[in-house]
Amino acid sequence: QHSHLLELLKRTTVHGESNSALIIGPRGSGKTTLLNHVLKDLREMNQVRENLLENPFLSGLLQTNDKVALKEITRQLQLENVVGDKVFGSFAENLAFLLEALRRGNRTSSCPILFVLDEFDLFVHHKNQTLLYNLFDISQSAQTPVTVIGLTCRQDILELLEKRVKSRFSHRQIYLMNSFDFKQYIKIFKKQLSLPAEFPDESFAQKWNNNVQHLSEDKAVQDVLQNLFHHTKDLRSLHFLLMLAVSAVTVHHPLLTAADLQEASRQRSSDSKANIVHGLSVLEICLIIAMKHLNEVYDGEPFNFQMVYNEFQKFIQRKAHSMYNFEKPVVMKAFEHLLQLELVQPLERPSARAQREFLLLRLLLDSRQIMDALQVYPNCPTDVKQWAASSLSWL
Amino acid sequence: MPNLEHPAYPAADLLHLESLVPCRESQVSMLLSIFGERQQFSFPSIFIYGHTSSGKTYVMKTILTTLQLPHVFVNCVEYFTSRLLLEEILIQLQSCSGTEQTSPVHCDTLNDFVRLFKQALTGRELPDQTLYIVLDRAEQLREMEANILPAFLRLQELTDRNVTVILLSEIVWELFRPNIGCFEPFTMYFPDYSIGHLQKILSQNHPPEYSADFYSAYINILLGVFYMVCRDLKELRHLAALNFAKYCEPVVRGEANERDTRKLWKNIEPHLKKAMQTVYLREISSSQWEHLQHDGGEPGQLKGLSAHTHVELPYYSKFLLIAAYLASYNPVRTDKRFFLKHHGKIRKTNFMKKHEKTSNHLLGPKPFPLDRLLAILYSIVDNRVAPTANIFSQITSLVTLQLLSMVGQNDQLDGPRYKCTVSLDFIRAIAR
Repeated sequence: QHSHLLELLKRTTVHGESNSALIIGPRGSGKTTLLNHVLKDLREMNQVRENLLENPFLSGLLQTNDKVALKEITRQLQLENVVGDKVFGSFAENLAFLLEALRRGNRTSSCPILFVLDEFDLFVHHKNQTLLYNLFDISQSAQTPVTVIGLTCRQDILELLEKRVKSRFSHRQIYLMNSFDFKQYIKIFKKQLSLPAEFPDESFAQKWNNNVQHLSEDKAVQDVLQNLFHHTKDLRSLHFLLMLAVSAVTVHHPLLTAADLQEASRQRSSDSKANIVHGLSVLEICLIIAMKHLNEVYDGEPFNFQMVYNEFQKFIQRKAHSMYNFEKPVVMKAFEHLLQLELVQPLERPSARAQREFLLLRLLLDSRQIMDALQVYPNCPTDVKQWAASSLSWL
Repeated sequence: MPNLEHPAYPAADLLHLESLVPCRESQVSMLLSIFGERQQFSFPSIFIYGHTSSGKTYVMKTILTTLQLPHVFVNCVEYFTSRLLLEEILIQLQSCSGTEQTSPVHCDTLNDFVRLFKQALTGRELPDQTLYIVLDRAEQLREMEANILPAFLRLQELTDRNVTVILLSEIVWELFRPNIGCFEPFTMYFPDYSIGHLQKILSQNHPPEYSADFYSAYINILLGVFYMVCRDLKELRHLAALNFAKYCEPVVRGEANERDTRKLWKNIEPHLKKAMQTVYLREISSSQWEHLQHDGGEPGQLKGLSAHTHVELPYYSKFLLIAAYLASYNPVRTDKRFFLKHHGKIRKTNFMKKHEKTSNHLLGPKPFPLDRLLAILYSIVDNRVAPTANIFSQITSLVTLQLLSMVGQNDQLDGPRYKCTVSLDFIRAIAR
């Protein structure tokens, strides 16, 4: 893919051809990295040095609107003085004017321009897709060699384009899939961690690289990597994991160990909802268990506070424990805390008219998560645990 | 012996930091190891989540100010639109870099923000240090425009500068993630305080007149009563401060000395139970509570906020309200049985058998038409009631008081339909 893109860009700058392409790949598969790499290589090539490449970089996140995008292009091409206070009739005129201005800036031939559009799918949502239409139009027709490269993570991007835009697009797509297997993954791991040859302290670099070699053969480390690989193949997560592990390296602890990697992996994969459940008070746990029972009895239908309170009362009466005999408003306050933490979610927005107790809700935890969380819950009273594990036998 | 060690920061600072954040050493050391040295790049975005008052904002602020790292601290509830948020960040950045006058900043979109941000950063004297942008209550970011959250997560990439965005929230990351995915931040969990930790932190606030042991014993008792219900540090601290005077009363009066735990416990226990129903629920204000303690009055005289909702209603309004409650909660079929003198038997249909489990009390009130209300009213009131305008106006005033609520549009052909919005306890209180 690298060579493909390089060819494309070379043709634009050297031969003056206009082109367009889309780079598609899931998040973290290295689209931006690839593009930057290619651009760097391009700039170093001799033929390109004569023709300077102008490179407006637009991002879908920042330029939410065609007008803003146009202003940004103007700014990046440093043509603000030229545009001044002119008022343009349409978008196309504006763009054509900019390109003319560029051409006049360079004596004979026109300057090739490379438009990079990041988060391409966000540009597609603009009104009438004017920016895209004009850019592709120019890349098909005009004299200035223009290349438009879009980066996106959506596979179905072509369906989102309007017909007229799609017809002007050259349908050239470069797919970046993470299609390496585990062995290559380990090699990438080693390469990422190894220090480059230019590192100032030679002996330390040597020690470090040896250590990395050892680690890549260690069974525990391979387990950790295997886990991550099964979960997600993209290199960005690997990068994160390594960054986390490397941040534990200090003067006292100069070499990376398998334990560091394991710790980092454990940090990454902890279940966040279970963590939140860990911090709830006993009353709130009782309410969650009541909701779990309601879900089981009624097969997941939404419930409201009154029903949950009823379940809780039944539990208290059965066990005859005065310890849990709280007043209804206190239970309501615990319930509202659960609402605030978004562990339960209302089905529709609470209006001022309806009473709070009868608002229908859904529980966002499933019973497996609840049972696991209860195992680690500190100082859980035994009868609460038993109630959680019991089924409908007491109905 | 300081637990936190880091080569980049002086040891005295670290010691001071440690004294300010008890029970949070592991989180602080993890944060320090991620931040690294001052000019090193860190994760582009960090997401910290944990329970209410588990110390996220406090620890973050303390670290950043004690170690004097350049930072911008913004609360997303205070600056709830994107424009306010972005302008505030730029203003704080200006004051952070030391210029005395702050020129007014105008920033509407993220595009302008990135541009102005880059300009502001190049003007600073220490351009290499990592700048930390801390956004508190980050769950409000979801309510703003859709591109704010993904853009902040990628800010390091978009501006090409050494900046890290830290998001603090109570809600887990899975509920934040936008649909098409985004740059994943590094998620970190601040665990809740255990009962030992709570004890330790609360005991630090002891007033100087009494000994630390005495106060710890008091905290022990307090936690024993309230720990099952609430683990929120702020609430517990509030309760501890309010009730301590009452706890010390026997000692002050000379009836017991500091070590008589049994007497002190007997004195304070009913008081704490009462506190749970009132101050904890914010039914009465803390000044009223202190006043009450001072007077030593009977706890039964407390009139909380909810007591004020028992308004005094005129005679017919009370009956109207009771009739409305009955109309809302009894199914229509049973009306004939309850309210007529000669009733027939009700045959149990299949429909009823299927729905026996879900009682109406659980599902909430059902709407009923006006005629049914009047019919039930006539049957419960002893003497004859004429349908005068008086009765109808009382119905309307009940709606205004929000004891009844109107259901449906204004111009219904069958007449207005209502729903009763009060609970059984309220009705019982009225019926007395």
